[in-house]
Amino acid sequence: MNPISRPPVSPAEALPPALPAPAAPDAVTSPAAPRSSRFAGLRERVSWLGMIGAVLVLFWLVIACIGPLIAPHPGGAFTSADVFASYSAAYPLGTDYLGRDILSRILIGTRFTVGIALAAAVLASTAGTCFGLCAAVAPRWVDEVLSRVFDALVSIPSKVLALVVIAAFGSGNTLLILVTAFAYIPGAFRISRSLAVNLMTLEYVQVARARGEKLLYIARVEVLPNMIHPMLADFGLRFVFIVLLLSGLSFLGLGVQPPNADWGSLVRENIGGLAEGSPAVLMPALAIASLTIGVNLLIDNLRRRGAFGTGAPK
Amino acid sequence: MTMQPPAGTSCPPVMIDVRGLRVVARSRGVTSEIVHGVDFSVRRGEVLALIGESGSGKTTIALSLLGYARNGCDIAGGQIRIGDVDVLSLDDRGRRALRARTVAYVAQSASAGFNPARTIMDQVIEPALLHKTATAAQARMKAVELFRALALPSPQTIGERYPHQVSGGQLQRLMAAMALITDPAVVVFDEPTTALDVTTQIEVLAAFKKVIRELGTTAVYVSHDLAVVAQMADQIVVLNGGTVREIGATAKILRSPDDAYTRELLAARRHDDLSVASAARSDTPAPPLLEIRGLHAGYGSRDRHGLPATRVLDDVSLRIAKGSALGVIGESGSGKTTLARVVAGLVPRARGEVWFDGQPLPDSLSERNAEHYRRIQIVFQNADTALNPSHTIADILARPLKLYHGLRGNAAKQRTLALLDRVRLPAALLDRTPGGLSGGQKQRVNLARALAAEPSLILCDEVTSALDTVVGAAIIDLLAELRRELGLSYLFISHDISTVRAICDEVMVLYAGQRVESGAREVLSSPPWHPYTRMLVESVPDLRQGWLDERRACVTKPLPPLAASADVAELCAFRDRCPVRIDGKCNVTPPSLKWLDNGAAILCHHASGDLDALQVAHRMPREPELSA
Repeated sequence: MNPISRPPVSPAEALPPALPAPAAPDAVTSPAAPRSSRFAGLRERVSWLGMIGAVLVLFWLVIACIGPLIAPHPGGAFTSADVFASYSAAYPLGTDYLGRDILSRILIGTRFTVGIALAAAVLASTAGTCFGLCAAVAPRWVDEVLSRVFDALVSIPSKVLALVVIAAFGSGNTLLILVTAFAYIPGAFRISRSLAVNLMTLEYVQVARARGEKLLYIARVEVLPNMIHPMLADFGLRFVFIVLLLSGLSFLGLGVQPPNADWGSLVRENIGGLAEGSPAVLMPALAIASLTIGVNLLIDNLRRRGAFGTGAPK
Repeated sequence: MTMQPPAGTSCPPVMIDVRGLRVVARSRGVTSEIVHGVDFSVRRGEVLALIGESGSGKTTIALSLLGYARNGCDIAGGQIRIGDVDVLSLDDRGRRALRARTVAYVAQSASAGFNPARTIMDQVIEPALLHKTATAAQARMKAVELFRALALPSPQTIGERYPHQVSGGQLQRLMAAMALITDPAVVVFDEPTTALDVTTQIEVLAAFKKVIRELGTTAVYVSHDLAVVAQMADQIVVLNGGTVREIGATAKILRSPDDAYTRELLAARRHDDLSVASAARSDTPAPPLLEIRGLHAGYGSRDRHGLPATRVLDDVSLRIAKGSALGVIGESGSGKTTLARVVAGLVPRARGEVWFDGQPLPDSLSERNAEHYRRIQIVFQNADTALNPSHTIADILARPLKLYHGLRGNAAKQRTLALLDRVRLPAALLDRTPGGLSGGQKQRVNLARALAAEPSLILCDEVTSALDTVVGAAIIDLLAELRRELGLSYLFISHDISTVRAICDEVMVLYAGQRVESGAREVLSSPPWHPYTRMLVESVPDLRQGWLDERRACVTKPLPPLAASADVAELCAFRDRCPVRIDGKCNVTPPSLKWLDNGAAILCHHASGDLDALQVAHRMPREPELSA
């Protein structure tokens, strides 16, 4: 897990000879091309793997919105006497340990997983990135204060933190989002800070400082665009961690409250069916996998504007 | 163009034979040929140089000798024979064996080639252990022999150090030792001295030459510097745009080149006098734009005298008149870049005054006003890191326009186009990011961004060092033209004397943060010089064969003995390397400022007459270009 030090180097980077060496204009081809079609531009920026990712993510976002409407059964209804049943026409993805329809439970659970985990991951990464930028750009004492505070937070295990907070304030979806986000901010902060500190030493930042730019401008325009890619990769990772943390909390009865269940809890509660190869445990796991793979595929295949490598460190 | 196979028995056999080599590059499904059918051959024990600008395919060709094509490239056709091995028909295992035994590679950047976490010895003997050509003990002994052959200091123990504990020139030689440890028949040197100072370059070149001669290795030497190649090579291949323009013996290429492009390359080395000094220098001296008095600066925590722990600049004073250019020359580590950063406000000064246009210039950036920001612009050496890779050229140029002049929308667009035109770039580049530009184009954008502010003073920090000769010469032309037309002043930092001489009116030589010599540009042309200036001037390779050997003969003479130094802070920093140092003076008392007959001020114990006598007597024969 080291998305920090090596920005992806595209093959084109290795090919300076292919570029016109002197100031020879190739004016015929390039100026009109990027403007001609937005869609073509998008297709150029996102490869087909990225397209697969985008489709997966979009699919689950739609399900999160309409899941309860298209679910064949109510989520908590005990519809079948058969527990851990296999695939059938009435229960396409089988039934769980209490005989409930898995398809319905996954469809209804989507909004909890996507809603809470995605919201928490976005929150954690955004806050972490902002604090990290702050620490790198601002005077040294700000960096010291922020770093020590987050070091202290890292030392508290995320589950214990969540336990304490939920014990104090009671469980609720908003609180879950806040707690899980809070638990993952320090990690995001560490990574974004180290990225930003390295970028701050580069000459284009020095030029901007000598030009008299404000700190906010330097952080926003000069530094942020060059660290956004590793931060997005980190976001994908953080999202997976939060799904796991949520399912852990749900297992302890502190997460999403029954009869509702997020996907992580679905896997947990049906773990007994694993020995029988029951779809009740496989299907929620597949759902988690498809969403995380989708998110990561999409992020990894987002190209920067210009699509050229950024110049490897010399 | 091609050479015939050996006819007589007196010639050594052909070691490398390349026929019709073609290399293609693929980028987004588009295939373009970057090497178009190259033929050459090298006999055993010979040194062949591949020379050309960046983009000429010289490194691509050199790498294909190892059976290697860079990411995105493919060797599309042709034949490469090394000894009796057909390189291109080898499978993975065969190529591995080839690289183990037959061909070795010395890359341009040794610091990137060494792992900072392991000792040098471990890394130097690694190829031998990896390919099982020797036991660890044998390899170590061999490495020490190589260290000795490469004239490295304390060959027995240097291997125990880590890469950051040796200098850049030493690291480059250690990299050669790593390449030679498996006794390869062929060594490929890829611009091994391009990143080094001239004084270091001599030592490295001499070491390479000696070791090649002693081991009878066949070498391919890639470079863009004809003068360096003249010292090293028996044969020269001149490349341009992936084709061979001319092949011939070194002496012939240098003396009577057949090809127009070769003549252009030869001409690019000799910068014309581009300074506008004659026009600008009138009888009434122009008022100073920038004046620095007694500047001390450095890094690390301050002591009780307010001086930093690491002192980089030591009592430096200078003056730049309006519309003139001051060249600052020195090796890496001499404090040149720090000087520019102090003026730009990026490094705080410990002591000293800086006056800008008659007003004191505040120390820190936050105390400066918008006019200061606008009128002083800095242009960094490395355009790769000086331009934000995620911004388009249009964004980069529009920002200073908006910040300083409040230009937006169409007005900004017009001005951006005018700026691109000014630095001779096509408008089509506006929508590209820096990644899509060549090195020379990036440096032009870098300049255009500084010009956008309409500055009075541009701090040029080694602006041509990362570029090859032809492109660098074009940038220098541009700078001279801008100065003539816009009345700019430059603080021009470089380690290349000929560049400084081409563009500057005044020069200043820095050594270890001390200003050892300063004066008008002409003081560089002829002695007397400060001993350090002399070393710099005479370390620039001459464009003729045999220069390196003569020069080595001169510099390997032992230095005069010098006793331990007195504990005085301001002693001459150059005393450890000075060939004319005086025991009892240089190590005891700080040197005083002296004026030479030609108007230069030097920091030395020798009087002008002394230096004249010493230097004129021992002067090496030079090309006429230097006395111009």
